[in-house]
Amino acid sequence: MDARITLIVDGQERTVATDPERPLLEVLREDLQVMGPKYGCGEGRCGACTVLMDGKRTLSCITPVAAADNKKITTIEGLADGDDLHPVQQAFLDEGAIQCGYCTPGMILSAVALLRENPQPTDEEITEWMNGNICRCNGYAKILSAVRRAANMMREVKRS
Amino acid sequence: MIEDTLTEEMVESGLSDTVKLSRRTFVQMVGTGLLITVGEGVSLGQRRRSRGGRPITVAARIHINKDGTISVMTGKVEEGQGSRAQLSQAAAEELRVGVDRIRLVMSDTALVPDDGITAGSRTTPSTVPAVRQGAATARELLTRLAARQWNVNPATLVVRDGNIRNKATGKTVTYADLADLTDVDDAFKQGVSSDVALTPVDQWKTMGTAVARPNSRDIVIGSHRYPSDVVRPNMLYGKILRAPSFGATLESVDLSKARAMKDVVVVRDDQFVGCAAPSTFAADRALKAIAETASWKTVPQVSSREVHAHLERNARRGGRASTRGSVDEGLSDAKKVLSETYEVAYVQHTPMEPRAAVAEWKDGHLTVWTGVDGPQRVQGDLARAFEIPSERVRVIVPDMGGGFGGKHTGEAAEEAARLSREFGRPVAVHWTRAEEFTWAYYRPAAVIECKGGLDDKGSLVAWDFTSINPGGAAIDTPYNISNTRILSAGSDSPLRQGAYRCLGATANNFARESFMDELAAAAGADPLDFRLAHLENPRIRTVLEAAARHFDWPKRKKQTTADVGVGLACGTEKNSVVAACARVRIDRRRGRIRVEHVCEAFECGPIQNPGNLLSQVQGCITMGLGPALREELRFENGRILNAGFAGYLVPRFKDLPKFDIHLINKTDIPSAGAGETPIIAIAPAIANAVFDATGIRVRSMPMENALRERLSVRQV
Repeated sequence: MDARITLIVDGQERTVATDPERPLLEVLREDLQVMGPKYGCGEGRCGACTVLMDGKRTLSCITPVAAADNKKITTIEGLADGDDLHPVQQAFLDEGAIQCGYCTPGMILSAVALLRENPQPTDEEITEWMNGNICRCNGYAKILSAVRRAANMMREVKRS
Repeated sequence: MIEDTLTEEMVESGLSDTVKLSRRTFVQMVGTGLLITVGEGVSLGQRRRSRGGRPITVAARIHINKDGTISVMTGKVEEGQGSRAQLSQAAAEELRVGVDRIRLVMSDTALVPDDGITAGSRTTPSTVPAVRQGAATARELLTRLAARQWNVNPATLVVRDGNIRNKATGKTVTYADLADLTDVDDAFKQGVSSDVALTPVDQWKTMGTAVARPNSRDIVIGSHRYPSDVVRPNMLYGKILRAPSFGATLESVDLSKARAMKDVVVVRDDQFVGCAAPSTFAADRALKAIAETASWKTVPQVSSREVHAHLERNARRGGRASTRGSVDEGLSDAKKVLSETYEVAYVQHTPMEPRAAVAEWKDGHLTVWTGVDGPQRVQGDLARAFEIPSERVRVIVPDMGGGFGGKHTGEAAEEAARLSREFGRPVAVHWTRAEEFTWAYYRPAAVIECKGGLDDKGSLVAWDFTSINPGGAAIDTPYNISNTRILSAGSDSPLRQGAYRCLGATANNFARESFMDELAAAAGADPLDFRLAHLENPRIRTVLEAAARHFDWPKRKKQTTADVGVGLACGTEKNSVVAACARVRIDRRRGRIRVEHVCEAFECGPIQNPGNLLSQVQGCITMGLGPALREELRFENGRILNAGFAGYLVPRFKDLPKFDIHLINKTDIPSAGAGETPIIAIAPAIANAVFDATGIRVRSMPMENALRERLSVRQV
């Protein structure tokens, strides 16, 4: 039986009638054409599908859409403020921390969630937190630099 | 056999035909109003060289747009290796414009020339020069047109920043204005000149700089559309019935339950069974209903436990070995002879984006959006599969989510096209991770038999190397040995195997550089000194000495403990050279190897993009840690037992070592590709470091399994 589910996706309220067991990722991509979150493994082991649900890091490929009813979903497509990139997005550009880029949306959202909880993480804390996100281009070194840079940028903004 | 060994002629051969395209269509595709040089019916999707050996036209490569940008066409694919930036730089350099003026149109068979499959590190040595020649020819033609306009000698004109300037009169004209004033279309019908002068390295302005990937911003805001993001109106999501094991054949299946499901369509054509629905969820449910009724005839299959014995038993040793002197005499005269066998497991590329395609049929014409390395090759494959002329097939490859040699084949494209033709609607086929693990192809497993002889001075005098199954990449020894016999032997691979980042070079380098270390130990020599004593190749010597110097090899070597060791290795492949020093820490209780520090030196001629080169070298080393330490496909009765990231352990953040990378810019030779060779030194450097710490030789990749066996640690 289909259920009526309301998602607040990147600030926009969207209602879908769908099987409540469908993964949030699939509903975002196939019903709402929000293609930023990616399919990488379908079992929550690579982080490509990462979104924020009410600000918390969430693996959308293993989250039934029913669990997202009336929740605020932030995807990579809604992270920037108009043309102003989020500091984490800017840091990925500045560090050139992009190879194929397919893991990038999940990496960026994971890092955003980390810096909300822990604005000044050590390298060990970044590594621990980000370990669920796989990059098969193996660009971890530059991604790590990007997360560090973002933390610094956000700290400076706060100060000023 | 190896499906794609990436020999030169394979890489260079294309099967494309010309695609006639109206101006209107082309403009719609690239951006309305941007193009001025494409006339009605101009052939765009051309071979790099036509059958008579004539080069492609300048028009097939370069378009001057009205808005001051320049479209540059290439058949190469961007999959994270950096070709989009690099080829944009190549065109900008020769056109004398900023790289932001270049609009690179990639990998669309209707729009671009066939530059060969994106593989074998060939973009740098083949496509960069081809694009530079196209751009330089265009610049010369434009200069000549300006000279004719002004009735002056072209040699008196200077081109800078897209402006052609007459020094005498001070008059200037832009490329775009010139295209308005003159018949550029006609001029660009000329062939690209192969002897046009290219900008020397010491005058490079754009090449040689760290230009970022041009569509980086689209990626960080999530607006780039990967092959799996393509949606067409009225599109269905398709699923294919897979056999439960390799080689199994379908005996019977009942489609009625799936057919009765709402909005589901089903097709069976002998062994091919597929279904489609308006969502993946619904298609999955239908597929499950189909699979439950399927009955299969299975056939016996080799398991991963016995695979190395199987490869060895079926080795075709009758091939022609490459020899020097007499290895038999060398071995019998030697004072000390060592003989060891090395093994490498099957591994997979596992790009983040699994195979994906959308297919759409219209009036007997097929368009496919998919993630493959060779758009023209897949175009030909599809034409043959559906028995239509290739000019009725258009393959578009949006910048895709990784490949590493794993996307040479267009399975998803063909599956989507079959379903789409059957159902009369566009169909997307997105492989699951488990499908990718099971039905894509693998890097070949290997068994490598080494024999070496040392004379009474500890010099290497005989080298016998038989490499079974991985292919011949980097099989030759770079060391100076008077008696050698080197053989690449095929075998009977139980798994479907194919290309991978540097393919067999990792296996061959693992065996050779590990065995060199064993010989050094037998000779009582330092591993670095032993190598240098046998090494003439100046390029390899340079990187080996650089890596050792920056790593502080002699000092580090003395700091070895029972748990911490250092190792080094070097090698060459695809005309670039690499050396790595590694420090490892052994966790004996758990049988784990932690790679703490890697110092690698790499040289590939003149560096075209240092930022991207660093990404490639870091990526290669980190990717190489996987098969070196933990990655291994386990299979039994024709089933992959670890077809997911839970059981197949790829490198993660926690595996990242401290890096110390040295990129050597050698400007007196042509640039070589750099996306592969930096991977080949890391595994043997680790193996040698493990020996340094523990005295245990791990002769099998992945090494943690082998080490656990030797330490009698229970396998995890």
